[in-house]
Amino acid sequence: MKDELLPLFRKMHLIRRLEEEAARAYVQGKIGGFLHLYIGQEAIAVGTEAAIRKSDFVVTTYRDHGFALVRGTEPKSVMAELFGKDTGCSRGLGGSMHMFDAKNNFMGGHGIVGGHVALCTGAAFRSKYLKTNDVALAFFGEGATNIGGFHEGLSLAGLWKLPAVFVCENNLYSMGTPTERTMPAKDLTDKAPGYGMARDRFEGQDVLEVKKRIGAAVERARAGEGPTLIEIITYRFRGHSMSDPGKYRTAEEVEERKRMGDPVRIARDKLAAAGMKEEELAAIEADVEKEVQDAIKFADESAPATMQSMNDFVLAPSTGTPSTGTVA
Amino acid sequence: MREINYRDALKEAMAEEMRRDPRVFVMGEEVGYYQGAYKVTRGLLEEFGPERVVDTPIAEAGFAGVGVGAAMTGLRPVIEFMTWNFSLVAFDQIVNNAAKMYQMSAGQYRVPIVFRGPNASARQVGAQHSHCVAPFYTNVPGLIVAYPSTPRDAKGLLKTAIRDDNPVVFLEGETLYGVKGEVPEEGADETIPFGQARIAREGTSVTVVTWGRPLHVVLDVAKKLAAEGIECEVIDPRTLRPLDHGTIVQSVKKTNRCVVVHEHWEYGGPGAEIVDRVQRDAFDFLDAPVLRATNLDVPMPYAAHLEQEVIVGPARVEDAIRKVLYL
Repeated sequence: MKDELLPLFRKMHLIRRLEEEAARAYVQGKIGGFLHLYIGQEAIAVGTEAAIRKSDFVVTTYRDHGFALVRGTEPKSVMAELFGKDTGCSRGLGGSMHMFDAKNNFMGGHGIVGGHVALCTGAAFRSKYLKTNDVALAFFGEGATNIGGFHEGLSLAGLWKLPAVFVCENNLYSMGTPTERTMPAKDLTDKAPGYGMARDRFEGQDVLEVKKRIGAAVERARAGEGPTLIEIITYRFRGHSMSDPGKYRTAEEVEERKRMGDPVRIARDKLAAAGMKEEELAAIEADVEKEVQDAIKFADESAPATMQSMNDFVLAPSTGTPSTGTVA
Repeated sequence: MREINYRDALKEAMAEEMRRDPRVFVMGEEVGYYQGAYKVTRGLLEEFGPERVVDTPIAEAGFAGVGVGAAMTGLRPVIEFMTWNFSLVAFDQIVNNAAKMYQMSAGQYRVPIVFRGPNASARQVGAQHSHCVAPFYTNVPGLIVAYPSTPRDAKGLLKTAIRDDNPVVFLEGETLYGVKGEVPEEGADETIPFGQARIAREGTSVTVVTWGRPLHVVLDVAKKLAAEGIECEVIDPRTLRPLDHGTIVQSVKKTNRCVVVHEHWEYGGPGAEIVDRVQRDAFDFLDAPVLRATNLDVPMPYAAHLEQEVIVGPARVEDAIRKVLYL
């Protein structure tokens, strides 16, 4: 268990610290626009990555820094993107909500709620078409489950029995509105039979549990048994975005959730219980800290995004439109 | 050269590209077993099978998004909208996903996809089925908008669109499918580049820029006016984005007058864009204001006589031409 959990703990801690530093940089004015932090939900991205292959596809929402990091995007590249720098993973053109990493099959962070769900179905369609066994996974909040894009994306995947896994990260609040005022179903996965797919529903604060349960759905998909709808109950410890005053929930509720269900601390406690010494854990955290500080330094010192990129990355060069952009 | 109709020209383009490239597939409502609502995909299912000629449920946002996802991961989808009117429920997929992916990912993800189908008014199908969507899509950087007016252009442009690495909005005239014209033999592999206008008729009196169904109206009017010694130069841009404004401006510098004829509403759109470019780049050459003959600025009515009032026809075209000639 220790060997399995240790790298996952490290990755979760990295996401946590990077997000905390992003929040700080936002307040300092180094990051603009919207910033949606993944703090509290780290076990989902990290557990998922541990359960899939690099050749599998992942697409997610605007709360995307965690997935970029687990798919393999360098922390430097993530931070530089937040800072609007040319060295960012989207050359400073995408920002917080639009991180992409094609070489690691990360199909991006997307800003229109539900609009990206069918992209997962498309990647899964491609697997069936090319007769590969790559699985496509989409992540979205419970707020997305009320919009048409969600319905149509799942409906087609179920109809065609595609190798897809649709994961709702139910963090209980669709921006500032609790689920009981947005979702007619108490259990989202009640919808799965209607889409002709398997279902699963569980708490998502234990990274190994996430790995196991996502893994089961991924293996079903890979074996040709069709898609799964999963609802993971989780909680975000920060606001919807940095501009969220958080009036819709009490400070006590947030504190209680942090106390009971902090995925990073749960993993740390398990490692300690498994015999890891405090110094060993602290050494890992120090190592992560260096990586995060390096990322900030790199982002600070990088050249800003360029007009050249802005102009080059409108159309791919096959139209005869001049482009000097690098293309995956 | 042989003559075939616009519908079969499109079908040949898809079939030839599907034979050439196994990544190309066709997806949409009724494209397979039904053989296409407008029979554009007739015979494709028999040749290529249901894996590559994919019938979908009525879910435009869904299958447009599936197309974008498949294109991002290496396939080359041709997504048929039964009509472009229905693309409005897939607007998000086209505008936010297809058009922006290349930019948002800084070139990491390309979206080589063609969205195609019949556009603009048919006959008495009412307000919701009569849209010309060109103004909606031409406004978006990251999209290519092609609008062929003849069978030859339909085939050559569609082949180019399928081979292009960018999302292409491919607008077919709903009333043009039966129009016949010369097209090179099957397999001749003629492709027509984007951003290159075609001079459909040479003339010296006035430049008329038009595309789609109205092109055929304009050519009839031009023939009639030629009897009076008015020689129209008719230019078909063929793609509205990118727009070959060089050919248009060059023509206006010769004729000193310009009329733009289109079946989208008058407010904005590629029609107004062309007028703007002409006044900017040929200002000193103009002997009259640039005029437009367009559909009327109302939702399409059902009653036949009212519909005929709304759709731009020969009378409004002739009137505009005479006005710029001060006749």
